Amino acid sequence: MAYQCTIGNTSYRFEDLKTLLAKASPYRSGDALAGLAAGSYEERVAAQIALADVPLKTFLQEALVPYETDEITRLIIDTHNPGAFARISHMTVGEWRDWLLGDEADTATLQQLAPGITPEMTAAVSKLMRNQDLISVARKCEVVTKFRNTIGLKGRLSTRLQPNHTTDDPKGIAASIVDGLLYGSGDAVIGINPATDSPSAVITLLEMLDRLRQQFEIPTQSCVLCHVTTALEIMPQAPVDLVFQSIGGTERTNSSFGVNIALLKEAHDAALSLQRGTIGNNVMYFETGQGSALSANAHEGLDQQTCEARAYAVARHFDPLLVNTVVGFIGPEYLFDGKQIIRAALEDHFCGKLLGLPMGVDVCYTNHAEADQDDMDNLLTLLGVAGCNYIMGIPGADDIMLNYQSTSFHDALYVRKVLGLRPAPEFEQWLLQQGIMDAHGNQLPVHTHRLLENL
Amino acid sequence: MHKQQCSATTKRTPASIIINYSFMADPWIQLKSFTPARIALGRTGTAIPLKEVLQFRMAHAHARDAVYSLADVKTLQDQLSVFQLPVHVLHSSAADRHEYLQRPDKGRKLDESSAQLLTATSSDVAIIIADGLSATAVNKHAVPLLQQLIPLIQGAGMSIAPICLVQQGRVAVGDEVAALLQAKAAIMLIGERPGLSSPDSLGMYLTYRPKVGLTDEARNCISNIREAGLSYEAAAAKTFYLLREAVRLQLSGVQLKDNEHLLS
Repeated sequence: MAYQCTIGNTSYRFEDLKTLLAKASPYRSGDALAGLAAGSYEERVAAQIALADVPLKTFLQEALVPYETDEITRLIIDTHNPGAFARISHMTVGEWRDWLLGDEADTATLQQLAPGITPEMTAAVSKLMRNQDLISVARKCEVVTKFRNTIGLKGRLSTRLQPNHTTDDPKGIAASIVDGLLYGSGDAVIGINPATDSPSAVITLLEMLDRLRQQFEIPTQSCVLCHVTTALEIMPQAPVDLVFQSIGGTERTNSSFGVNIALLKEAHDAALSLQRGTIGNNVMYFETGQGSALSANAHEGLDQQTCEARAYAVARHFDPLLVNTVVGFIGPEYLFDGKQIIRAALEDHFCGKLLGLPMGVDVCYTNHAEADQDDMDNLLTLLGVAGCNYIMGIPGADDIMLNYQSTSFHDALYVRKVLGLRPAPEFEQWLLQQGIMDAHGNQLPVHTHRLLENL
Repeated sequence: MHKQQCSATTKRTPASIIINYSFMADPWIQLKSFTPARIALGRTGTAIPLKEVLQFRMAHAHARDAVYSLADVKTLQDQLSVFQLPVHVLHSSAADRHEYLQRPDKGRKLDESSAQLLTATSSDVAIIIADGLSATAVNKHAVPLLQQLIPLIQGAGMSIAPICLVQQGRVAVGDEVAALLQAKAAIMLIGERPGLSSPDSLGMYLTYRPKVGLTDEARNCISNIREAGLSYEAAAAKTFYLLREAVRLQLSGVQLKDNEHLLS
């Protein structure tokens, strides 16, 4: 079905729903690269005006990627909950935007609504929203997950301690972990990106992480971010807390990552059977990011933000502990500068939260993007206000293995301090017991600590 | 008024005290010996102390300058003349750095006039140099590497096509150049994406039977060629090893393995 909007003497015609969504997207380089972006400022707003009048029901009837050829479309349609959708089923996208910002849409209401909405609906409404709208609504959402601690409570901000090393040297990684723990980082997960995906190297790192966690009784979980097939292979002999996987929003994108829904289900079941969580059973960790589908040439004619939202359908099927968009990692051909990175991060956080995901954000950029640490400060502060579940904690914000810049242990302390945010409750207690933090959330001077003795 | 206040402050606070004023240093500074990561930075309040902030900012400045650096075409031409091979200066379809960063497809394709410059040579090897994401790397390392590599190739009796220097080029443009030259193999030297600690890292990509449309799995890569990384001598030896294997097996890419464990 075609959509239309007339502005003065110009009549804009949008061939189908995916074209309308693409043209309505706030400008970003990746959509231009794909040849999908609006041709003018006027066309973009015209598309937004037309999109505002589209009934939400349309998204259940008009698949953006055919049901027959894409398992993510099938997942979205087959798991849709009409009962939860009933409350908003009569609305257009524009009416839904106004409703989301109203007082009726409170935390409990949004939680009940989540199973009734599809990724495409959230993508559509996000395109009509200003940054403050994305923040206001996301802030009302609360998505709480548990494994050995409780992540995502309102007023809390957790961090993934990311102690990567160029050669996976266990001592080098341990040094960064100790540094991070003494700076109050690591309540979301202590998660290593391995330089090599070899099973033996991954096992070595997992065993080191598990020894450290048990020795110091740290109420957190660990993860080595290897491919899901590697995790499945080593699970019988290695202490796997969480299963990690990068995912995208089309079946072909996931094929390029070497995964599909059945494989993820196998890994999810296997991780659950290990029963390593003490207070909860959220065992999956997913990473996503706008542009991944296009870079795999598997975007199926969709704009990159809609593709990204569809990846969240895959994530939520597996009740993950953690999901984060690695927003600025992909490079300037997809998100050119700080403005585009910030916008994309707020969209991703909003869409993920609305769909019921425990959304975190890797607030980051590469050296060929038009961005710097000031842009990251802006985004970090906005996400703190928006109620983001977690961010990354990296020594000095400089990932020496992946060669990009993210947020530092200090950055997390900053945003917790200026916004009055606290770590996950169990981890907070540990920090107090260890004399790392005081009851007001201030860092205490560390002169000596048990963590330093082994090294 | 403001000046007076400043000088009054200075009087009350002698320079030695300013210098001695210290942020909260971390007592685990010795852990730095285990990792190049930025650990044990200390803090003032929750913030990173200024000295570390400025060091980070300088590293980022070097990386940014590298991204916007230009290939020093004149100097490179002069230096390349020692090899007594013709040198072509070419340009990709990306008009400038701004377009290059947003349109990788254009950086992979020669512009029309450059494509017309190239004619078939039926050589064994084409050598292509492209600025990539760090012309600084190319300006510094391309010629010293070739001084090691070209004698190895010529010593093995292989012929080398005219050397091509591509501005605003990405890796895949090397395959187009080599295909137009009708060379059997392409050796592409290109500036890599700068990291905070490596603004001048050179990469080498080898393609056997290069043609337009190939992707990364058809190429072999050597990375991190620079003073603090892989030496010119080692990089030349590895490149030559890969080239000989590619010719022997008539393939390159994921199927070409490092059976002599020459590659790290």
